Amino acid sequence: MNLVYTESQKKFRAEIRSWLQQHRPEKPLRSFDTEEGFAEHRAWERVLYSGRWSMVTWPQELGGRGCDLIEWLIFEEEYWRAGAPLRVNQNGVFLLGPTLMEFGTEQQKARFLPRIAAGDDVWAQAWSEPGAGSDMAAIRCSANLDGDSYVVNGQKIWSTRAVWADWIFGLFRTDPGSVRHHGLSFLLMPLDTPGITVRPIKQLNGQTGFAEIFFDNVRVPVENLLGSAGAGWQVAMATAGFERGLMLRSPARFQQTARALADLYRRRVAEGNADPVLGEAVARAWMDAEAYALSTYATACRLQKGGHIGAESSTNKVFWSELDIRMHETAQRLAGPFAELTEHAPLALEHGHWLEGFMFAQSGTIYAGTNEIQRNIVAERMLGMPRS
Amino acid sequence: MDFTFHEDQTVLVDSVRKFLMNEVSPELIRELWASPGGRSQKIWAQLAEQGLTGLSVPEAQGGMGLGDIDWILIAQECGYYGLPEPLLESAWVATGLLASLPDSDFRNNLLAAMADGSARVAIGYPGSPLVADADQATLMLLAHGDKLYAVAPKDAQFTAQPSVDPSRRLFTVQFERQEKDCISNDAKTLCAAALDRGALAAAAQLLGLTQRILDLSIDYTAQRKQFGKPIGSYQAVKHHLADVAIKLEFARPVVHRAAHALAHGEPDCSAFISHAKIAASEAAHLAARQGIQVHGAMGYTWEMDLQIFMKMAWALDAAWGDRSFHLARMRAFVLESGVALGPGCTFKETQK
Repeated sequence: MNLVYTESQKKFRAEIRSWLQQHRPEKPLRSFDTEEGFAEHRAWERVLYSGRWSMVTWPQELGGRGCDLIEWLIFEEEYWRAGAPLRVNQNGVFLLGPTLMEFGTEQQKARFLPRIAAGDDVWAQAWSEPGAGSDMAAIRCSANLDGDSYVVNGQKIWSTRAVWADWIFGLFRTDPGSVRHHGLSFLLMPLDTPGITVRPIKQLNGQTGFAEIFFDNVRVPVENLLGSAGAGWQVAMATAGFERGLMLRSPARFQQTARALADLYRRRVAEGNADPVLGEAVARAWMDAEAYALSTYATACRLQKGGHIGAESSTNKVFWSELDIRMHETAQRLAGPFAELTEHAPLALEHGHWLEGFMFAQSGTIYAGTNEIQRNIVAERMLGMPRS
Repeated sequence: MDFTFHEDQTVLVDSVRKFLMNEVSPELIRELWASPGGRSQKIWAQLAEQGLTGLSVPEAQGGMGLGDIDWILIAQECGYYGLPEPLLESAWVATGLLASLPDSDFRNNLLAAMADGSARVAIGYPGSPLVADADQATLMLLAHGDKLYAVAPKDAQFTAQPSVDPSRRLFTVQFERQEKDCISNDAKTLCAAALDRGALAAAAQLLGLTQRILDLSIDYTAQRKQFGKPIGSYQAVKHHLADVAIKLEFARPVVHRAAHALAHGEPDCSAFISHAKIAASEAAHLAARQGIQVHGAMGYTWEMDLQIFMKMAWALDAAWGDRSFHLARMRAFVLESGVALGPGCTFKETQK
């Protein structure tokens, strides 16, 4: 055990820190759940790409830096520390990209990966259906082979960023007689394909962060099948593994929030309004964010020595999503009478940023697999408890 | 950056685990609970034979000269198997204090005797009048003001203060302060360091206890059937234990980092140890709560081994600084110390 960065890791940190100082947007971008904000975030992805910072863990030949997990953690720390924009390209860089590298044909890799890297194609996910939420194997959306195309019919829902994204990836039932996780295939399709209708869904905060997608005889060429026909579940599980594992929510995000909470609390103390109960809540926010960082470093080191990822995907997801709620509840209490004020109120705490975060935190225990499902996974796969 | 343990460390802990698994059974613990002294000469001799009593005694005094990182995994196993002997207090915490004293015949002879197992040393710490294993110690290290005394049990009077965990043999101690027994005029510094090391040792044991309670609970809920199915197949029961597993997952690296910080004398190591003690205490406390719940009425019996480990967890929760003490240190560190917080501040350059 040696918890000291190497010289090359320190150099890497200095490099990204200085690049971000020079290039990060001067003022915060608008929300990417608005049309203008989406365009601003896509432009930022192109700036990142120009500096070879858009997908640091991807191989050099694809325009990445071939970073290992520790370097990725360093990148994330500097990125959050600089207050750089949220990643509109997250689905492509962290989910589809690695899945394409593992399951894609050479043609598919050449066709899709460079455009993901450059921010030319922004991807949305299409998993859930009205009748298939936590029970994802209940997918009914059909894709029947007809010549050299699949003909897709049905409905997907809760597709984040689908309102302005270019492409979707998801699971479709290609074997009409199949049930559960058999007979599903992983398909990629552009959202402007004839027969696709995207209906935005207004979220809790009034913005259209997700959408439902209707498919009416949508023709998708077979070359857009990722992995083998009928093996979509395995491909999707790999994707879900990446997502729920280390890369969906890096510890830096929560450490940045904990630091901001400590600043808020100190300001309150300076105003003569110390509250030991809130002080403890802030100290605990720091402790938990730190625990998440330490755990991620420990996992990263273990993986780099040839270990395999286990139920960390699920333990992580439960931990960070519930931490995010606790931290934003603490912020709301620190905001006192201004807690209810929106970004439009001159007296709102930090332009309504904390209220927005508080509302968004409510979704964290639901998306990417509800915490109830994650706890089942922990109990069954990590603890070996009997299946129900 | 390497957050894994060295092969030497995992090999050593494997052998300790095998020993504890074979020798320190719940039956033995119950037997010792019922015995007048509560301690086993045989087990202590075996610990000494394996070199564990001399693990961090300097090589010059016949020990192995190992440190806090080497101890941390062993301490987890001591927790898991509920080792009643005062190995960690004497061989890790008291040894750490004695090894930090300047060279002297007293220090060197005592350390050598501790290494071969013939001496064991009890230690008092700031914030509590309770001294564990005082009556059977060769010497007790007790502070008064700036002075640290090494007191022989024959020169002291004891009042037993029985603990909920009968393995912990606690006493309040009265002794006459004699100049000949004074071994240092820097008691505050030495005892603060001992408190940190003791808290870290308790945190590691609490991790082991959490795992033990979790394992007992998983086994019980797989066997116990209601409504025709093992109760462990029901989500309400699963989620109780999943919560314990999650608490444990995120406490473990905190404890390991604290060991690294103590071993390298990092400036923030006291705060990191407080973090470790709180995280491990809360994991163990939750394990005990959920453990008894999923055991149902059986969990409330003397018969189930669960009680042994649950009581150990309850007792250690407040030993070596209770949660209020450690939370106060955390509040001061996060809110008042001016230390850099946030992303990229987790690992600082260590000071050798």
